[in-house]
Amino acid sequence: MDWFYIKGILILSGINLMAVLGLSLLTGFTGLFSFGHAGFMAIGGYVTAVGTMKLGLPFVPSLLMGAAGAALASFFIGKITLNLKGDYFCIATLGFGEAIRLVLDNVQYFGGARGWPGIPVTTDLTTVVIIDIIGVIILANLINSRHGRNFKAIREEELASQTIGINVFRYKMTALMISAAYAGVAGGMLGHLLGFLQPKMFQFVKSTELTITVIFGGLGSISGSVIGALVLTSLPEILRTFAIWRLVVYGAAVVFIMISRPQGLMGGYEITFGNIKKLLSRFAYGKKPAAGGDKQ
Amino acid sequence: MSGFLQQLINGLSIGSVYALMAVGYSLVYSIMNFSNFAHGGVIMIGSYIGFFAMTAFDLPFATAFCTAALGTGLLAVLIERVAYSPLRRRNAPFLYFIISAMGISIFLENIIIASPIGPTFRTYPRVFGMEPFKIGGVNIGRLDVMMFVISTISLIILVFIIEKTRTGMGIRASAYNLKASALMGVNTDRIILIVFGLGGLLAGIAGVLFGMKYTVYPQIGNITLKSFIAAVFGGLGSLPGAVIGSVLLGIIETFTSGYLSSQFRDLIAFVLLIFILVVRPRGLMGKTTEDKA
Repeated sequence: MDWFYIKGILILSGINLMAVLGLSLLTGFTGLFSFGHAGFMAIGGYVTAVGTMKLGLPFVPSLLMGAAGAALASFFIGKITLNLKGDYFCIATLGFGEAIRLVLDNVQYFGGARGWPGIPVTTDLTTVVIIDIIGVIILANLINSRHGRNFKAIREEELASQTIGINVFRYKMTALMISAAYAGVAGGMLGHLLGFLQPKMFQFVKSTELTITVIFGGLGSISGSVIGALVLTSLPEILRTFAIWRLVVYGAAVVFIMISRPQGLMGGYEITFGNIKKLLSRFAYGKKPAAGGDKQ
Repeated sequence: MSGFLQQLINGLSIGSVYALMAVGYSLVYSIMNFSNFAHGGVIMIGSYIGFFAMTAFDLPFATAFCTAALGTGLLAVLIERVAYSPLRRRNAPFLYFIISAMGISIFLENIIIASPIGPTFRTYPRVFGMEPFKIGGVNIGRLDVMMFVISTISLIILVFIIEKTRTGMGIRASAYNLKASALMGVNTDRIILIVFGLGGLLAGIAGVLFGMKYTVYPQIGNITLKSFIAAVFGGLGSLPGAVIGSVLLGIIETFTSGYLSSQFRDLIAFVLLIFILVVRPRGLMGKTTEDKA
């Protein structure tokens, strides 16, 4: 277990975290389920690589370009799918995610299905950590704002929020675009970590993995998403000795979580300084505070 | 012209097997209102049961076929009991069902890879012989004909069960309104088990047929993505819609790979899905989408 190996896992967790944060806004706070976010990661990854390799831009502006590209794609997808409900939206996003991948498979400009090698390896731990922190701060501020409360209102009761004057479609669109932009940044960082992009990396399974991570951490909790991404990315590495059995355990664990603790690890609670203080004072004085945490 | 007919027949035979999968999936959807993503795993297991019954145990095709169908029927019921019924009792939102189904699907696929069976591709022994039927210059593969015949018979039996028996009436009532039929004295718990069992039986049949048409491998369940498309195409929850959607999808796919390029086959399928969702989200035969929240 040398530092190089651990650093690799941390970078990968950080990249997954970025995508999971975006999906957390869409799924955990707005109540929309997407099985196509790997497609947005793919768009982000390819657009970022175009920025650095074809246009000769520096890494960070290219990342922003990738985020914008993914958000733009999600705008068009949202325009036609956000009016669909429940399962239809899930299946529509699934279709779009797969379609994006299959289109990339056939675009020879990006190397098609064989992939695109030779991308400069610029993603390092510092960059990932800084971008993640920025991502968390933006998301936390958004959630605690007036807009954040509107997102949660839509999650809880769509019809009622529409009745009190929340523009449901616009808020859903905002959530989708922001989450796509986060996924795009994650895709861009992934491409510039591996130095290689291939449509196969962004299969349906990847989207499922992201959604499972959000649920594992707990719907409606940013700290849950952070912990979920860290745990679920490093767990397969820790279980490396079990090799092929780890995914069996993983599948069983997902079912087990759904059955036994569907609210996820954090269950809508957040780790904030205020909550930690409350928890500590409970231990110190031995009395029960009125509420255990910031239930959302 | 003969080329055209040949493609059409190939499309029909593939489409009829898609229909087996899509109907099983749609049946569960019509009652439980969630996408059973574990269906692919069940199909894969059926494919393996059929394969080992024929190779390792030397059973004749008919016996192996029935073993596979029964095995997957039981498996589907077991999955319902383990992964869905605890959620059902808690009235969990549909997304928990979907995630649970995903977990089952990951579990089934990887337990095959991890077990001694391993990730290798296996070929079914030939049952129906090689030489094709020749009708007026059109060559029709024996397997394609058998796929079409077996699927059609299975679907006819299913329609009979749903339309003519007392249990079938319970299924139809539950699909219309689960809570109301429970209040009217339908044992909905039993109906749900039966629906999963029926879906499992069809999945096993589809698994064996797909295993014979292609090969058997742990990811063969991914082919159900096509049946989801077909089900949406025909209208989620509608059985005639699922059949029509599947047959159309099968024909469109074979024509795409025959006249354009097999590379575009999957792309066309997903583009079709998106097109349907944009133009007519309730599909060809579906109920309105309003109450599917």
